[in-house]
Amino acid sequence: MTDLIAPPRSNPFAADKIVSAATQFLVVAAVLTGGYMLFVTTQGNLEARHIESGFTFLGHEAGFPIGDSLISFEPADSYGRAFVVGVINTFYVSVLSIIFATVVGVVMGVAQVSRNWLIAKLAEIYVEVMRNIPLLLTLLFVYGVVLAGLPSVRRSIELFDGGFLNQRGLYLPRPLPLDGFGFVLAATVIALIGAIALIVWARRYHDRTGVAVPSARISFGLLFGLPLLAYFVAGAPLDWELPVLKGFNYRGGLVFRPEFAALLLGLVVYRGAFIAENVRSGIQAVGKGQREAAAAVGLTPGRTMQLVVLPQALRTIIPSTTNDYASLVKDSSLAVAIGYPDMVSIGGTMIGQNGQAIEVIGMWMAIYLAINLVVSLLMNWANLKAQLVER
Amino acid sequence: MKKILFPIMAAAALMAGSAWAGTLDDVKARGQLNCGVSEGVPGFSIPDSSGRWVGLDVDMCRALSSAIFNDDDKIKFVSLSSKQKILAVVTGQVDLTSRTTTWTMKRDTKEGVDFTAIVYFDGQAFMARKELGLKSATELDGATVCVTSGTTTELNLADFARANSIKFEPVVFEGKKEAVNAYKSGRCDALTTDYSQLAAFRTTFPKPDDHEILGDVISKEPLSPLVKHGDNQWKDLVTWLLVGLISAEELGVTKANVDDMKANSKNPTIQRMLGVSGDYGSYIGLEKDWLHKAIKATGNYGEIFDRNLGLGSKLKMQRGKNALWSQGGLLYVPPLR
Repeated sequence: MTDLIAPPRSNPFAADKIVSAATQFLVVAAVLTGGYMLFVTTQGNLEARHIESGFTFLGHEAGFPIGDSLISFEPADSYGRAFVVGVINTFYVSVLSIIFATVVGVVMGVAQVSRNWLIAKLAEIYVEVMRNIPLLLTLLFVYGVVLAGLPSVRRSIELFDGGFLNQRGLYLPRPLPLDGFGFVLAATVIALIGAIALIVWARRYHDRTGVAVPSARISFGLLFGLPLLAYFVAGAPLDWELPVLKGFNYRGGLVFRPEFAALLLGLVVYRGAFIAENVRSGIQAVGKGQREAAAAVGLTPGRTMQLVVLPQALRTIIPSTTNDYASLVKDSSLAVAIGYPDMVSIGGTMIGQNGQAIEVIGMWMAIYLAINLVVSLLMNWANLKAQLVER
Repeated sequence: MKKILFPIMAAAALMAGSAWAGTLDDVKARGQLNCGVSEGVPGFSIPDSSGRWVGLDVDMCRALSSAIFNDDDKIKFVSLSSKQKILAVVTGQVDLTSRTTTWTMKRDTKEGVDFTAIVYFDGQAFMARKELGLKSATELDGATVCVTSGTTTELNLADFARANSIKFEPVVFEGKKEAVNAYKSGRCDALTTDYSQLAAFRTTFPKPDDHEILGDVISKEPLSPLVKHGDNQWKDLVTWLLVGLISAEELGVTKANVDDMKANSKNPTIQRMLGVSGDYGSYIGLEKDWLHKAIKATGNYGEIFDRNLGLGSKLKMQRGKNALWSQGGLLYVPPLR
């Protein structure tokens, strides 16, 4: 009788399996054929219209200048290098925006659920205003305000010795490392390792004995104190290149241009509003009983937020915030509107000079995809960590 | 996102198979001419206060529409950014682009378009504030310069800097308006684009006299309408229409006297031009009196210039290089015969 209740053996040649396998095969074949035909038609059309195709142009001289670059770039450099400059700029502004938008989002999200009426309302107004205005308008507005609000070069605001603020940007002294600066770097690395080790040890010690060690404060002191000590022991091995007014502009030093500042600010305040909503909804999703229980064991409201509510809220916050980060990276392409040379702006110039739109668009898509896949991977990993907290 | 979408649409159009009917047949069947123009350059192509497109480039399309339909307004104007102007023609979104576009070898041979006839001889120049007291553009070493992307302007700027061993700090904008606004707000020491456009934009400033256009013209910018590569009939039509408008000025045929000339002129060239003798219109797929219709609607080249850029306009520009060859300019067209 046992034979009767044995599970049915899976037979790869059963009729329904064959049908489903055949269907899948046909779908894949149709997609591949479609893709191939698209490719052939495109090639044919490009040839018929005498339009060059392929990526050889990346090696040709670009010929156009780029105003804001983190790596050196001259018009005599190649299109490929120009595009790399754009990719770096996109990446740079995206990463900084993600960091600041997160800070703004968390602060505003927590403020929205604050018991202080004024703070809660102000945060709510911020969120409602920012997320209901198109980002392009916010950017144009911020850029306009930045330019209109700052003085001309001749009337620069001197913030401190060697720090100037004007319409052309924020000019700061550039640190130039001298001999012995490696000593300071080494001290920084040692301090960093020490701080991490201390925090890990303190947590284990606390779990074992229940005695709290003020590890945060100590490592903070360590992080700043040790490099500073090393700096003075090594005889202050740092020179400063000051920006100097020469001709039309300040030369030398570090400069943050208004386009960059406007883009960063616009992205941060806009995306920060969305993240604030995620944080608010995440906090409110944590059961009221959790907070009451925390209050019952005598935790202050601040400690309750830090130890009980936020860790649980993270589970709802992280997945939706991943989407916001991905949107932020894509939104950075609006840089073209305010003259910041991001990847889309530089790629656009390349299309204008070359007419090879398909190749450049393909490159844009590949880079955005790559950046966002990395963001996704990191966030999924963070999500996994947050989920593990669940008991 | 519109700006990003456009090239994608264009790319999609390239990926699709398309029939290669003649553009003229398409235009006639559609009953409308699709004309690519700028996003708003005073004197060349800009909507007036009632929303009607006006300008030198616009009038070229109006003349064309008149020659085909005997109506100067059977046109859909499509506003294109620098980046879009070539793709829009290649993909057939517009039948021609009449948009201050410089005729270069690469565009003509490698980008799937053909240029027709030069409608304006321009050159790139710089505008700066008078208070700087500049005498030449070579004194702009280290200056911040506002530019528009996707144009020959960017390349000329870089070449000029290299040739004179000076350095500029460029701020590159997608649109002309943004570049002009950034210059006005003081973000840049100088604004660079074609001379004619600098002059045109300056008239829109609150205090035009505070700004000067520096004498150095750093490039040759022969501006020409462009059509899709490979449609010779359409290219011939556009080319000879422009030739016709310039010939009309040479012969003194104007909007006001064109009817009279057609009825009474004994000049065989004028008779050929206006369809009294011969059938030159049929060579380009149009009716006998194609040029008569065009001149009746827009006037000859000289009238178009005066109305949009010259003394009859706010810009008050001299004809300069854009005068007829017989008056010391560069306009010299092949004979209509």
